[in-house]
Amino acid sequence: MRIFLAKRVFTLVLTLLVATLVVFVVLEILPGDPAAVMLGINAEADTLNALREELGLNRPVLIRYIDWVSDLFTGDLGISYTYDVPVSELILSRITVSFPLALLAITLSTLIAIPLGIIAASNHNKPMDFLVMSFSQIGIAIPNFWFAMLLTILFSVTLRILPAGGFAGWDAGIGPVLKSLLLPTIALALPQSAILARVTRSALLEVLKEDFIRTARAKGVNNQGTLWKHALRNALIPVVTIMGLQFSFLLAGTIIIENVFYLPGIGRLIFQAISQRDLIVVKNLVILLAGAVIMINFVVDVLYAVIDPRLRGDKDV
Amino acid sequence: MFRKLAEVFGHGLKNRSFVIGGIISLLFFLVAFLSYFWTPYPVEDINIAERLLKPSTKYLLGTDHFGRDILSMLIKGARNSVIVAFVAIGIGLGCGVPLGLTAAAKKGWVNELIMRFNDFTFAFPSLISAIMITAILGPGSINSIIAIGIFNIPVFARVARGAALSIWKREFILAARSAGKGQFKISVEHILPNISSMLIVQATIQFALGILAEAGLSYLGLGTQPPMPSWGKMLNEAHTFMHFAPQLAIYPGAAIALTVMGLNLFGDGLRDVLDPKLRRSR
Repeated sequence: MRIFLAKRVFTLVLTLLVATLVVFVVLEILPGDPAAVMLGINAEADTLNALREELGLNRPVLIRYIDWVSDLFTGDLGISYTYDVPVSELILSRITVSFPLALLAITLSTLIAIPLGIIAASNHNKPMDFLVMSFSQIGIAIPNFWFAMLLTILFSVTLRILPAGGFAGWDAGIGPVLKSLLLPTIALALPQSAILARVTRSALLEVLKEDFIRTARAKGVNNQGTLWKHALRNALIPVVTIMGLQFSFLLAGTIIIENVFYLPGIGRLIFQAISQRDLIVVKNLVILLAGAVIMINFVVDVLYAVIDPRLRGDKDV
Repeated sequence: MFRKLAEVFGHGLKNRSFVIGGIISLLFFLVAFLSYFWTPYPVEDINIAERLLKPSTKYLLGTDHFGRDILSMLIKGARNSVIVAFVAIGIGLGCGVPLGLTAAAKKGWVNELIMRFNDFTFAFPSLISAIMITAILGPGSINSIIAIGIFNIPVFARVARGAALSIWKREFILAARSAGKGQFKISVEHILPNISSMLIVQATIQFALGILAEAGLSYLGLGTQPPMPSWGKMLNEAHTFMHFAPQLAIYPGAAIALTVMGLNLFGDGLRDVLDPKLRRSR
């Protein structure tokens, strides 16, 4: 286990480093002059020079890269060009919207998906199974932002019981916050749960074929007992893995949904930064998002190895 | 070749997913193709006097905020989805399959390197790549093609490698090796034809995902730009008018959902038809 962990940590660090390199090359070197990108084509030479000086763009490329990476470690991400506040402060304030949204969505989708998967698997090839699989098929095909719009049309435009967008702010108390996050959470969670229900079902069906299930049945454990006590526990391993792998979809989903509901989170910030050509904010947000995906994949890999010792060897098959 | 196609088709007709999905997918491609010759009205025609009209015999699905015919825009939007998803799959297949085949053939550090590259590319979902590209190049449909294409590479590499590894263990490969064929020749002549059905199935699924991703990027304004209609862009515009013309939000979304569902069903059916061994317990 120790060797496995050391290997994984090494690749994690390497992957993170390559990620910073890619982001740096794409956003700082490929555009030629980032200052010109930020100020647009009509910028005066003096203004350009001043911005270059301010951003330290006159220094050698390698020094700029090393500085940026070491700044990432200290959390000093520079000052946003358009907001004129430290980027780290900006990100921290926006995370208080995005993180609860993502957490609520993943909780809700799990609460829906696992029972649905169990119902489908225990009624294999019966009408209930067909119903769950149809829900899953539709859920996978529906884009979450369209679903969000349909929810808004129903609950905000027609019934007028929930806000169509905006965020109440944490100062308003937990009630209003939950109210403004309710529709976005549902819009994010349902399509996710469609995939997860499918995975839970096929993982359960796979486990139910195993010899130890037959042994349990032979010893007199009834259908429900085998399902809950023996099958579910074993089926959860692939389900948890898929949940981890789905993180990048959740992240992308959160970015889109925040824009549908005008929620002041990370997703909305990154779009505002793009339209304002605030490359400093874009650069740091992109590496934050990519880093989050890399970290989650790492955690899932390690957790998987903790649960299933067979995977500590060659696990690429 | 034709006999095999006819055989697949014959088996397919007995598979419900294959038939339903196939019909929906075929309709979608026909509509996309149709847009090259005919749309009820030209999509560039702006007619403010007839804006936001409800469906009627003149405009079957009504008009948008510029008075453009919704049906015509949907037809042309289908073409846009096909092009983006198609080229993105081309990138995925063109780069991913050689990588996967090489990893399976060479093993060792080459395999390790390719697999780590794969993991790494997975860390950049198409949305994040598109955000980076847009930040420097500005929005456009090329961005979505590149971003979705990049994300397809590791997917195809993984599928190709996994399938190729199991073929490499087969006896006829051993025979080819003892006949003196090199790794490259074996990969192209023996491995590739044997994994092609898996690649086709994966391509169908990636096609559906590509359409979803393109719609998402265009919705956010990172993808296709006006005047070229795209389903995602239409939804974005509909969002602004949601309070007094909610019908605008229905058609493009339904078009996306129906197409993606059709392609997914077709992919599922095709998987069962092409390789009964792969038939999952669904």
